[in-house]
Amino acid sequence: MADSMSAAIPAVAQPRSSSLQKLARRRSSIAFLMTLPLICVILGLVVYPAGYAIYLSMLSRRMDEFVGLTQYDILIENDTFWLVVFQSCFFAVTAVIAKAAIGFWLAHMLHHIPTKGQRKWRGMLLVPWVIPPALSTLGWWWMYDPTYSSLNWILAIFAVPAVPWLGEPWWARVSVIIVNVWYGAPFFMIMYLAALKSVPEQLYEAAAIDGASSWQRLRYITLPMMQNIISITVLFSLIVTFANYDIVRVLTNGGPRDLTHLFATYAFQVGILSGNIPRGAAVSLFMLPLLAIFAFFILRGVNQRNKEMM
Amino acid sequence: MQAATMGRRSGSLRAERRWALWTAYVSLIIACVIFLMPPVYMLITSLKTNAEMANLQGNPWIVLNPTLEHYRAIVENPLFLTFFWNSIKVTVVTVILSMVISVLAAFALARMRFWGSQWLATGVFLTYLVPDTLLFIPLYQIVGGLGLLNNTWGLVLVYPTLTVPFCTWIMIGYFASIPKELDEAALIDGASWPQMLIKIFIPVALPGIIAATIFAFTVSWAAFVYPTAFITTPDQMPLTIGVVSTLVRGDTFAWGQIMAGALLAALPPVIVYAFLMDYYIAGLTAGATKG
Repeated sequence: MADSMSAAIPAVAQPRSSSLQKLARRRSSIAFLMTLPLICVILGLVVYPAGYAIYLSMLSRRMDEFVGLTQYDILIENDTFWLVVFQSCFFAVTAVIAKAAIGFWLAHMLHHIPTKGQRKWRGMLLVPWVIPPALSTLGWWWMYDPTYSSLNWILAIFAVPAVPWLGEPWWARVSVIIVNVWYGAPFFMIMYLAALKSVPEQLYEAAAIDGASSWQRLRYITLPMMQNIISITVLFSLIVTFANYDIVRVLTNGGPRDLTHLFATYAFQVGILSGNIPRGAAVSLFMLPLLAIFAFFILRGVNQRNKEMM
Repeated sequence: MQAATMGRRSGSLRAERRWALWTAYVSLIIACVIFLMPPVYMLITSLKTNAEMANLQGNPWIVLNPTLEHYRAIVENPLFLTFFWNSIKVTVVTVILSMVISVLAAFALARMRFWGSQWLATGVFLTYLVPDTLLFIPLYQIVGGLGLLNNTWGLVLVYPTLTVPFCTWIMIGYFASIPKELDEAALIDGASWPQMLIKIFIPVALPGIIAATIFAFTVSWAAFVYPTAFITTPDQMPLTIGVVSTLVRGDTFAWGQIMAGALLAALPPVIVYAFLMDYYIAGLTAGATKG
């Protein structure tokens, strides 16, 4: 785990004092040719579209005149849009906290049981992550179904009244979050398990000799050793959860009353379904500042980690 | 006196350990039940007859008369086979393309220093952080401009944005972990750069290549945003969007068929996972995959 994370940035070859300049020149042109497809993909399919999105968002609805920031103005005055902002933040923050907590707990539990059985449990617990989310969400949708709800049937055993899963706004929000947590928690578990395994056993032995309680071991050894991985995983997950699309699209399609829309699904509805490409682009671009902040911290975390490992 | 405290301490330690083990197993069992509940319920639903599904009286979690009629119906549905074939086509081409692009680039970035290589490595990482939901609207315009909307080749064109950055990223890691002595020896023997890549780097970094291939496969198979945006007619749809949009859009929800279709569609990644779990997890943990 540790070395795979650190493999990132400093992995680029160190300067080597090569004697023949000609060889070096040849080498760098070969290297350039080898990276050319990658550069094409990055420039052509990521950088250019991102810039193009900014341009698109400044056009009028029929895309025949340049209107500056009008689309953004319209959005800022739109109540539905602010609901989307709220729901995206609420969704991302709650889901990521839950995923991280469940993942951490399960990783700990897996780490405690004998190594022999770990593989089997890990294999089963990672299943939600392996199934394409659009498809497993169909299963959830059917479990939430008001008439045939198998979840309510289970709740009824415990004498809990039937829950209107997708019908009532707050329950719909919770339902969407549950599916996201179900899908993402195994990922956190695997990441944390790998990190737990990389903590040197001697530290725990030393702590045990000093009479540290299990809480103290967690607080003063495990958490500091995993701090970096935790923050990188959480930030990563914030980005992906924030930009999530498939779960909401399949489960509620934004309803009831547009209350479960996220940036992505709202942008899709406005941009593709209603055909207002410029405004759709503007909606999705609202994600950019937050994503940039997260990306900055991830990059810093990864770099820091590399320095520690070297 | 000291022995007594020692004894008590080790006794409580053992009790503490046993208690911890119990908590561990109980948590894992609960987690397993919850994590496996949706796929199991999908399986149960897919095996039920329509009459049994419409019956609201009984326990929804058991099947009284298991039947394979939904599976037969879905396998005989030409539309579903088209989805499957589209998915295979798009995924295979995307995986090959991404692996060629990323192995070449990762080799150059890990071993040959050139102007801007450091920047490029950081750039690869940053592009990995750009979500597809930020790009689908401009890409919709671009793909439309190329006349590839509602065409599987349009998907092949854009899927590399999902796979290439991460594959390159983990391949850089695997290549960089190969000892420098190996390529120096090869250079002394007069190997050229392409020979070095094919004869040394690819065989030595094979686990990494397998992990990256699995990643590319899973991501392209599960891709959802791009196909929903670009594909409008069923004959060009890959599985994910095909199952979700066409099967669901029927007048009465044919839940049995939907679940059978969804399970069959989820099968390839699950099979790959079942057989190559260790590579799968290696790829997952090699650089914080999306989650």
